[in-house]
Amino acid sequence: MSTQVNPKLNRIGLEPADYKGGKTTLCAGCGHNAISERIIDACFELGVHPQRVVKLSGIGCSSKSPAYFLNRAFGFNSVHGRMPSVATGALVANQTLLGIGVSGDGDTVSIGIGQFIHTMRRNLPLVYIIEDNGVYGLTKGQFSATADLGSTLKTGVSNDLPPLDTCALAILCGATFVARSFSGDKRQLLAVLKAALAHRGTAMIDVISPCVTFNDHEGSTKSYKYVKEHEDALQEVDFVPAGEEITVEYEPGAAVEVVLHDGSRLLLRKLGHDFDPTSKAAALDLLTRSHEKGEVLTGVFYVDAAKPDFNTLLNLVDEPLATLPEARVRPPQAVLDQIMAGLR
Amino acid sequence: MATSELEAVQPSLASELVNDFSIQVATVNGSGSQSSNMVLLRSIFQMGIPVSGKNLFPSNIAGLPTWYTIRASRKHYIGRKQDANFLVAVNPETAREDVAALQPGAAVVYDQPLQLETLRSDLIFYPVPFDKLVAGISADAKLRKLVRTMIYVGVLAHLLRLDLAEVESAVRRQFHRKPKAADLNWAAVQAGLEYARQHLVKRDRCRLERMRETAGQIIIDGNSAAALGCLFAGVTVAAWYPITPSSSLCESLLDLLRKHRLDPATGKATFAVIQAEDELAAIGMVIGAGWMGARAMTSTSGPGISLMAEFAGLGYYAEIPAVIFDIQRVGPSTGLPTRTAQGDLGSIAQLSHGDTRHVMLFPGSVAECYEHAIAAFDLAEQLQTPVFVLSDLDLGMNNWMSQPFAYPSQPMRRGKVLSADDLQRVGEFARYRDVDGDGIPWRTLPGTDHPDAAYFTRGSGHNERAQYSERPGDYAGNMDRLRRKFDTARALVPPAVRERPGAGRVGLIAFGSSHYPVLEALDQLRDELGIDAGYLRLRAFPFGREVAGFIESHELVFVVEQNRDAQMLDLLRADLAPELAPRLQSVRCYDGLPIAARAISREIEAHLALLAPGIIGRLTATPA
Repeated sequence: MSTQVNPKLNRIGLEPADYKGGKTTLCAGCGHNAISERIIDACFELGVHPQRVVKLSGIGCSSKSPAYFLNRAFGFNSVHGRMPSVATGALVANQTLLGIGVSGDGDTVSIGIGQFIHTMRRNLPLVYIIEDNGVYGLTKGQFSATADLGSTLKTGVSNDLPPLDTCALAILCGATFVARSFSGDKRQLLAVLKAALAHRGTAMIDVISPCVTFNDHEGSTKSYKYVKEHEDALQEVDFVPAGEEITVEYEPGAAVEVVLHDGSRLLLRKLGHDFDPTSKAAALDLLTRSHEKGEVLTGVFYVDAAKPDFNTLLNLVDEPLATLPEARVRPPQAVLDQIMAGLR
Repeated sequence: MATSELEAVQPSLASELVNDFSIQVATVNGSGSQSSNMVLLRSIFQMGIPVSGKNLFPSNIAGLPTWYTIRASRKHYIGRKQDANFLVAVNPETAREDVAALQPGAAVVYDQPLQLETLRSDLIFYPVPFDKLVAGISADAKLRKLVRTMIYVGVLAHLLRLDLAEVESAVRRQFHRKPKAADLNWAAVQAGLEYARQHLVKRDRCRLERMRETAGQIIIDGNSAAALGCLFAGVTVAAWYPITPSSSLCESLLDLLRKHRLDPATGKATFAVIQAEDELAAIGMVIGAGWMGARAMTSTSGPGISLMAEFAGLGYYAEIPAVIFDIQRVGPSTGLPTRTAQGDLGSIAQLSHGDTRHVMLFPGSVAECYEHAIAAFDLAEQLQTPVFVLSDLDLGMNNWMSQPFAYPSQPMRRGKVLSADDLQRVGEFARYRDVDGDGIPWRTLPGTDHPDAAYFTRGSGHNERAQYSERPGDYAGNMDRLRRKFDTARALVPPAVRERPGAGRVGLIAFGSSHYPVLEALDQLRDELGIDAGYLRLRAFPFGREVAGFIESHELVFVVEQNRDAQMLDLLRADLAPELAPRLQSVRCYDGLPIAARAISREIEAHLALLAPGIIGRLTATPA
């Protein structure tokens, strides 16, 4: 929970306007806009330096949204389904920056499924947000691979293939922070985003984000109405920044506390489920059962704050590779001479 | 072992071939012959004789036929020679065919049980009982199998008069990490040598004689050379996906980086090498890293290039530096994955959809694989665009001799990058504005600590402030600026080299691994037809002004390339004044084998034969 005292200025002396993006061109009421607002709130409240953020995306409605938050951050609207590889190159080249990747369900789960899986596997330090509405919006409403079995398009066409669960996939593939939220759940989404920004490793958040134009009708399982009626929040999620006191009191055993890399804490107060977010098996079991019941389970499903991220595995120097001076990247002439001598 | 047939074809000593012949070794891949061939190559090289080695191998790991050709040439002809003078036949599967393909008078060292001597009467046969000889080397069947091919090294050492000290030193060098293996291999060489001394009577014409033509030179393959170039270019991010024949480039780079680029103070890496899930991801990572300001590269071959097409267009349009090595192999599709070609330039020139143009470099030697790697990183950052280095399997995977490589004489050229201080000073930043009139805009790097530093990179239409735009004027203006930028590249890329001045109106244009065969073909044209043709070697696309100049000063210009469709000729034609285009005549080779000098000179000869004698006279006359 945020403990900001002065809402006008954050801890680094910036005001909310410093985190604004361009004017959205998405439809009025689009869930994606709410997500952009929560990203702005989370970065402002945490005191993230906007110039230290890079925001990357693929192609689609979701992938337009980085233009609508954090104008002072560098943005890269790349190629359909390939945000993960661009993010990988970018964040390896400069591991001092904070990466926010925005993708959609088409961008990630269909065309980009391969890169998604391998990025999870590498545990790249990246907040990976899927703005998940179950349809292709920019091409006018075709099913995506997260559309539920039996859900219908506006035209009445029914989906007869099972959905892929991005959270279950991410857990299986090696992501170290996996959550699902709902664009309409301001409080939960904000807390999850803050924890994701504090996490070191891949933080994958699937945010159900209804498409008001193509997938908000009766028969859709990604409509505002359906999600509101079927959301089953696993926990009440609170984020406590490093150095701040926990102000909420919990019964012993009622909450799980996860200490994140920077010393901040993620507090997960149990709501009806007795659940251990450090167990992959438990998370997969829970997700499967929830699917079977037709519920939209939200919350933080899995956290592993200890697993080394990709840049740690690469044993990178502390400074950004991108701007290392020539003296550190071009070996001296003696090295070439020695190599040449060995080839004679 | 002489037979009457052999005596019948015994050549006179007058036609002895000293330091001017080729040996073809026909073995099975996975049999250890690679080491034996390397020892032969090195021994000749250490005797000061110009030499080249070419591996012709199948797309397979073990058990299929493979051929290795070693050519010694006192005239420095290090391209492929079409006909072997000496065959080492130890693969029963291909032995008969290999023997059938020889020119009369050639010699054959073969495994005795194959009984090849019955096949032809116009060859010289040297039977060698490999199994019997290797039986004395070791009691271990596995070891015997490993050193079996060293027997022919010993046999050839005797027949060709290889310097034994050099052979032993080559063996010791080849197995320097395993002294026991070195001893065993040297024993096998000696067994072969001893057998040849006692049982074979020299009847072929080939002989080696010490020269002083390789002093100070090195032997290296093009992929290792390119990796060295990347190292000294200061590469920081490499992302790649394994594909023949490019894999050894990034593997070799990783070895070099681990040796030479760990921070001495912390032991941490000043580089990242990522084996990606596919070529799409590899180029995506390179684009991401290049956008961030890193010197980033990938290496691949044709199928990978196809997969990289969409990102290549993004890199061009969003103006992001990237270096892509294409070690070309035979396509289309899987094609012949272990054979060489120059077949990707047409598609790379315009890789991706829409109006796209890419800068290409064409290294013509292993030294240029190194130099062009360095140049490619400079160019990519100076021009803010993907730069493709087109090597090929012949250059990339075969061993070539070369002068040692020179240390970069210039500091790294990082291109137009605005720092926070620069932004403060200039006051205004528009990412895609042509401030300098050369089509190259200024960029900022992510993380630049200035409120105006950031911009939004996108593959969609944008104005000069990098804002989304569908305005016709913005789009067309941007595309026109990109064309200006491409024109600027003409003067920045390595210029074409006038390798031979020539003395008539006949010219020859070639590039890449055709270079050495072309030099030999030019000598053939001069010596056999009296044609002293000029030779221009292309090193880059877009073409510098000197290319049109060369074509203007010649009436007939043969464009030599290793593809079916005359791809380079097409690029030239599209670039030239229309009246010059008819001067170009195509000479192509596209059978998957490295192009041979004879194939070039024959085709040129055939073309000239169609011209009226008067025209030939005019074309080849030395200008007064």
